[in-house]
Amino acid sequence: MIRSCGRFLGVALLATVMLLASCSREPRAPTFHAEGEPPTLAEWGVLHIDDGVLAPAAGVRVYELNTPLFSDYAEKLRTVWVPPGQSAKYTANATFEFPLGTIVSKTFYYPRSAPVGTTATDAIAARLELAAVRLIETRLLVRREAGWEALSYVWDDTQRVATLRRAGEIIPLEIVTASANGARTQRFDYVVPDINQCAGCHETEVKRKALSPIGLAARHLNRDLDYGTAMGPANQLMAWSEAGLLTGLPQAASLASQSAVSGTVSGMVSGAIPRAARWDDPAADLEARARAYLDINCAHCHNRAGPADTSGLSLDAAEGSSVALGVCKSPIAAGRGTGNRRFGIVPGYPEESILVYRMAAVDPQVMMPELGRTLAHAEGVGLISAWIAAWPGDAGCALSARRTPPAIH
Amino acid sequence: MQFFTPRSINALGLLLAAVLLGGCSPSAQEDGTQRDAAARDFERALQEQLIAAKPGEVIEIPAGRYAFERSLSLRVDGVTIRGAGMDQTVLSFKGQKSGAEGLLVNASDFTLENLAIEDTRGDGVKVNEGTRITLRGLRVEWTRGPDTRNGAYGLYPVRTRDVLIEDCLVIGASDAGIYVGQSEDIIVRRNRARRNVAGIEIENSRRADVYDNEVTENTGGILVFNMPNLPQRGEGTRLFRNRIIANNTANFGAKGTPVASVPAGSGVVINSNDQVEIFDNDFTDNATAHVIISSYFSTGYMTDQGVAENFDPYPEAIHVHGNRFIGGGDSPDGLDLKALKLAMFGLGGRFPSVLWDGYLDTAKLRGGRLPPELALCVRDAGPVLNADGPGKYRKPSLATEPHDCRLASLSAVDLQR
Repeated sequence: MIRSCGRFLGVALLATVMLLASCSREPRAPTFHAEGEPPTLAEWGVLHIDDGVLAPAAGVRVYELNTPLFSDYAEKLRTVWVPPGQSAKYTANATFEFPLGTIVSKTFYYPRSAPVGTTATDAIAARLELAAVRLIETRLLVRREAGWEALSYVWDDTQRVATLRRAGEIIPLEIVTASANGARTQRFDYVVPDINQCAGCHETEVKRKALSPIGLAARHLNRDLDYGTAMGPANQLMAWSEAGLLTGLPQAASLASQSAVSGTVSGMVSGAIPRAARWDDPAADLEARARAYLDINCAHCHNRAGPADTSGLSLDAAEGSSVALGVCKSPIAAGRGTGNRRFGIVPGYPEESILVYRMAAVDPQVMMPELGRTLAHAEGVGLISAWIAAWPGDAGCALSARRTPPAIH
Repeated sequence: MQFFTPRSINALGLLLAAVLLGGCSPSAQEDGTQRDAAARDFERALQEQLIAAKPGEVIEIPAGRYAFERSLSLRVDGVTIRGAGMDQTVLSFKGQKSGAEGLLVNASDFTLENLAIEDTRGDGVKVNEGTRITLRGLRVEWTRGPDTRNGAYGLYPVRTRDVLIEDCLVIGASDAGIYVGQSEDIIVRRNRARRNVAGIEIENSRRADVYDNEVTENTGGILVFNMPNLPQRGEGTRLFRNRIIANNTANFGAKGTPVASVPAGSGVVINSNDQVEIFDNDFTDNATAHVIISSYFSTGYMTDQGVAENFDPYPEAIHVHGNRFIGGGDSPDGLDLKALKLAMFGLGGRFPSVLWDGYLDTAKLRGGRLPPELALCVRDAGPVLNADGPGKYRKPSLATEPHDCRLASLSAVDLQR
């Protein structure tokens, strides 16, 4: 459930002014703009509002991830559109290669009545009844000549127009979250990123200074999606391949064979299609769920070539070094982010692990990720805590005896 | 180029009109200051200008106090951001709601000069990856004074090359006032660092010249550290003509950070770093020791699982000569050091100017000593106190002769500016 907290009349008026000024010429079909920054989302033609329903245009494909990024409990409608006759190229571990003109969208919204975060991940809406949801923003990643570019559009109070916000926006919200102890109301500032902050996550290799989608990789997409009554549930990758949207997908047989395998290193068998676990699937392996959660929430910065390579902490799905995952590793430049704890992960002791402290924090100096959330994700913190608590083998981080040199006398 | 481009003035006019029509009143901040529509518009206009900047552009921020709710960021190469002076142009982040720093830069050929950044929630200015970085005439300050709640770093270039930091003033950082990490070819000169945990810190960096700085009232004045598990090991730092005075502020860093292990009263601390030359500095009244030479073993963070096998924790090729020492060593921080001082020098005595934790890489010893090119050379400083860390501090000793040696002088860093 959601309420807005006023003070946005000014912005709404501005949007109205801009709408009048720009003389609406909304395309009905997806329209790639090779340059420039269209001031309204409508000009991209990817999403339409008809009779109180927001829905993707024809040819625009809705997709879902096994484990999504946590964004203050917002729900997300994700779409991808590839120009007709073109297709994405499959790669096993990296983001798929998309052709020039591709438009990826992600619309952030909250249900107006039910507690947030309760929508089952396999009941993804391909169309949004505006009476039932509050739209917040729609972010685009557009594949242009020079590479991917990011744009963020904020929906107005009338829920009819989404306007470009290059410098971002802070939107006071009140949501009701469900928990074991019942519903809980949380007031917070929803932060729409500025365009540079988009790069803060999507520039996954800091030296290349190039943006990239994060979720559009095999391990995140390798799952079923209910495409409606005609088609029913189908594996997304297979459906994309059959529709000609994706080329180079390995044999369908290996999809099935991988369906029960985790997305961690062991799941990344050569020739097979990787599959990340669903973080909230109680039937899945705890380690696989935790690694999938860290992968999507942290690894865009915390990978060996990412902006957080300065920390020596690498949390992507393929990371095989326990030190790089933070096990008994002292922080480099965490400042107060240590929470007076000494090591990233203390096996067996989540309450002594910096990783857990920073995930549970909401202070901008302490919290991780640094961008993309204002609230803590209690369920995510719970998952990582459970993973650390259940660490196999020796618990704790003993100071080295083996490596301390002998006295010299 | 002036701060407001004609284009942004138009946009701003429209927005102001809309806000006036809406009749919004200023919103109160946590700290009680008013943040009105004009402040929001300024913040938005500045960030929009940073986003749209072109290489070669100079963004001037006129004198005034500006309040920000979210961090600023720049990703365009070749941009200069310039204020009207470190006391004239003040960017205040006291009401900051989002962002882990005041200004985040991911760009080369970047210059930031003549302004102040106050009270950021996290770091003041972070430059992550970039070449030819100039930070000049800046003030970064946490106005509540030393406090664990302050942001970690004032000026924080990391993974940068060709870095010049000069004529800045940094006050109150809960980690290091000026922190250069994992970088190369660095000059830090004519800065003042006060009441930070570490005044200036050079970490995992190569070829750094730190000179003509004044570091006072920090917990530790200047640190030269190497941390494990990072792609780059540091070496080659020269500290000279600095005034390192009364760095006796109680350590207010968060536990678990590398600086939290620094005792109050430390003038210069070398940890696990190599090829460090310290000369022609003035050390005054640093109550633990003017110079501490130490290994990673003394930090308390050495674990079997958590430190890469190839990490070298030993400080080597350290050259201390021609410095002037006044006072100090009379009131060391921490029970172990207090006990050590009492046992060796009595109640009214003092530590010598240079304290070494005593860890040596035994695999490298020849005849019980390090080879000459790796030696710990300390001259013009009296005897060195070997605290006998490896022997659990049971047999501390004073030594002069083993340290009476010379190393080749390190060459100067020349950034041609």
